[in-house]
Amino acid sequence: MKYQPVIGLEVHVQLLTDTKIFCGCPTKFGSEPNSQTCPVCLGLPGALPVLNRKVVEFAIKAGLSTNCSITPRSIFARKNYFYPDLPKGYQISQFEDPICQRGWLDIQLEGQEPKRIGITRIHMEEDAGKLVHGDLPGLHDGSGVDLNRACTPLLEVVSEPDLRSSDEAVSYLKQLHQIVTWLGICDGNMEEGSFRCDANVSVMPVGSDTLGTRAEVKNVNSFKFVKQAIEYEIQRQIDLIEDGGTVVQETRLFDPNLGKTRSMRSKEEAHDYRYFPDPDLVPLVIDEEWVERSRRELPELPEQRRQRFITELGLPEYDAEVLTANRALSEYFEAGVAAHGNAKAVANWVMGEITRSLNDSGTAIQDCPVTPLLLAELLKLIDGGTISGKIAKTVFDEMWKSGKAPHVIVEEQGLVQVSDSGAIEAIIDGIMAANAGQVEEYRGGKEKVFGFFVGQVMKASKGKANPAVVNQLLLDKLKG
Amino acid sequence: MDTIDMTIHGLHQALESKQLSSVEATKAMLARIEAVDPQVGSFITVTPEQALAGAEAADRRIAAGDMDVLTGIPLALKDIFLTEGIRTTCGSRILDNFIPPYSATSWEKLRDRGAVLLGKLNQDEFAMGSSNESSAFGVCRNPWDTTRIPGGSSGGSAAAIAARQATATLGTDTGGSIRQPASHCGCVGLKPTYGRVSRYGVIAYASSLDQVGPLTRDVTDCAIMLGALAGYDHKDSTSVDLAVPDYVATLPNGIKGLKVGLPREYFIAGLDADVQKAMDAAIETYRRLGAEFVDISLPHTDYAVATYYLIATAEASSNLARYEGVRFGHRSAGAEGLIDMMTKSRSEGFGAEVKRRIMLGTYALSSGYYDAYYVKAQKVRTLIMNDFIKAFADVDVMLTPVAPTPAFKIGEKVNDPLQMYLSDIFTIPVNLAGTCAMSLPAGFSADGLPIGVQLIGRPFGEEAILRAGYAFEQATEWHLASANL
Repeated sequence: MKYQPVIGLEVHVQLLTDTKIFCGCPTKFGSEPNSQTCPVCLGLPGALPVLNRKVVEFAIKAGLSTNCSITPRSIFARKNYFYPDLPKGYQISQFEDPICQRGWLDIQLEGQEPKRIGITRIHMEEDAGKLVHGDLPGLHDGSGVDLNRACTPLLEVVSEPDLRSSDEAVSYLKQLHQIVTWLGICDGNMEEGSFRCDANVSVMPVGSDTLGTRAEVKNVNSFKFVKQAIEYEIQRQIDLIEDGGTVVQETRLFDPNLGKTRSMRSKEEAHDYRYFPDPDLVPLVIDEEWVERSRRELPELPEQRRQRFITELGLPEYDAEVLTANRALSEYFEAGVAAHGNAKAVANWVMGEITRSLNDSGTAIQDCPVTPLLLAELLKLIDGGTISGKIAKTVFDEMWKSGKAPHVIVEEQGLVQVSDSGAIEAIIDGIMAANAGQVEEYRGGKEKVFGFFVGQVMKASKGKANPAVVNQLLLDKLKG
Repeated sequence: MDTIDMTIHGLHQALESKQLSSVEATKAMLARIEAVDPQVGSFITVTPEQALAGAEAADRRIAAGDMDVLTGIPLALKDIFLTEGIRTTCGSRILDNFIPPYSATSWEKLRDRGAVLLGKLNQDEFAMGSSNESSAFGVCRNPWDTTRIPGGSSGGSAAAIAARQATATLGTDTGGSIRQPASHCGCVGLKPTYGRVSRYGVIAYASSLDQVGPLTRDVTDCAIMLGALAGYDHKDSTSVDLAVPDYVATLPNGIKGLKVGLPREYFIAGLDADVQKAMDAAIETYRRLGAEFVDISLPHTDYAVATYYLIATAEASSNLARYEGVRFGHRSAGAEGLIDMMTKSRSEGFGAEVKRRIMLGTYALSSGYYDAYYVKAQKVRTLIMNDFIKAFADVDVMLTPVAPTPAFKIGEKVNDPLQMYLSDIFTIPVNLAGTCAMSLPAGFSADGLPIGVQLIGRPFGEEAILRAGYAFEQATEWHLASANL
């Protein structure tokens, strides 16, 4: 029998606010344990939460960017369970009436039609603290609680079970990742857990309209692991059914070392979270005006920008895709176009030399030593015939190292292109004289040798000879 | 007049005219506490050093001419208010070692005006009770008859006034916890409108019902205290940003033409004869003072107690989850492993009534029961609120009994929680409706036990009930009687 996988994703997005969601403590990562705490995030008796407005603004932005409607009156709820890293014994989250509802993202796999993936809801919630084990200050081989992370703001983005393969899941996840980082509301760091994903996976016979029993896979913290975990889980469930077994509803943990999932807790062991509206927080009222203001403040989104690059700048689809991979890269590119004018030329350089150098040195585009203005200047030197495209690469490497302007480098190193036909003719004459055999071959009809002569001339001129002039003169002279 | 018998406004005059220093007044109170507390048990913690330091600071302010009506006044707080550096137990063993790192907003407000802290008062554990008998720190007795309960949960706050151990006190009221003990101990007790006073730093029992309020010797003191406590607090999202009126200034404005509602559901068969008598006399007094009486109905009154015990316990079951021995409070010594530590710490730390309510509330919120209990209770709560809104279209205030009987005997209802819960039938609806009400001394039983009547006001209508209470007080002498202790 053939099986159809059905996948839904729950993504936790840690928000880049300066302070926590319900108190004024900083959200900085990596500080001394429990140094960023107060009565509220420690869950002390008598402390009360006060909602950070910035979190609401970020949530609205995320919602509008994923085609959600913004709930005019949304409610915070308590999710009750005991765990030492959860100081109040409940997590403040949203249950009924979350801030964003009924959105979607369009994904497109290579060679396929675009597909719309539904987003059920986006809600705001606080993160828990974390447990540390081992030798702690004043405690040998013990367990400690660090509440610095407690009360850090999160968005949970819940998709509809519309995904049908691991590739679709990864594509959806990448797009969501791109949007939240593009908006600047999340740093997107999956290793540090700023963007983390749980996958609900089930399988059903192809053609069936009854969903199979799902397992929730937790702890998948990279795009690669999401693909691995989902594929493993699909195969596990199919094998189980084929062997006459049944899939049980449970929570499973992905082990990235083994590439496998294993059972964490069954449905019977699942918590009854006893959600109810948090009486300490009043309903959050968001009027139409607030939504419209947020909509106006939204940056151009990656999909819109990609389209504009194609239609207005005339870039090929591939280039537009690559250049909108992240907001900083697209902004770098646009600054280059603004300074130079030829979008395709700038695109080639950004996708070529710039990207290669960034990757080789592990530099972020924001820290690129060659600014868009300097890049444009370099391209203008090529356009004006001052240097050849080949020399430009040498100049670029020097720009990268020294940060100097291209015209300074060209001058200092005497890299100005030679277009003077007299000088080039002299070089050609010398080379033809030294390679009489090849001249004969060419004249005998072996035109391939032409390339050999071009190479020799460029070599002799240290790359400075104008290739167009070289070509023309060589043709004339070889034909005799 | 003895210092310990003075009201806030009386003591203020004495301090202002330098007849007395705050240190002298404070020492007199501390001596009184030492003398009578073994009989009464109002206090869980007495703080003589802080009290004297506070009094000295107040005297310096008075000498410098920087004086407020509360400067130098010796007060005490229910042990539910967090006080920085001073143990705060909430009447529970689970917090018997808890020293808070911060203070409740309401105490900070009083302290900043120069009030002096005498100590922390006895109460039912986590404010769950109507007799103060669920306290983990010993019984608190009614100063009018020490074989009887002072009421609860703010039992110590009322008993301390009646026993003249503090000039005024703070309590909290979730279902009657200020008004019922005030009635039983013969003092004035006000539950302000929900949102009028910050809850920040007050240990939560049922967050949507809890409200801070004063217990005092007379209505003027009550108005002074409310003026100091009321106001928006950015640390409490449920506090309301509404101007605070001068409650004292409008007290003498009289009540001519005041429309007083008598909700017929509150005059039930089985109401204690002495309570009925006090009510009749109060109605007569008000009639004489020029009030008009209107017969009104609050039709959903019968459902109030059941509704309250679903909502309050549901919220409590969640509010009390943080007491598990990990970060503060009692941690069981004999535990093995995490779950065992949490379970044992809670089993050892909480008393029977608290456990009962945690279980009730957990049940009401459980999957499969949530709609039938919690959601339905919220719907009934809305109906009860609507009862009040409708009734207040026709009247300015309502007059009702506070409790169906005067103070009962210690131990009388301990084994009958349902009977105990019915002590609050006249006070609970006010909390569910979120509005304000005050208990006012209005007579004595044949056995000499104080009986209070309740004035219920519109939301944020504290001025009206204070004014009505003040007029009553001017016409009667019940508030001047004092327990023979």
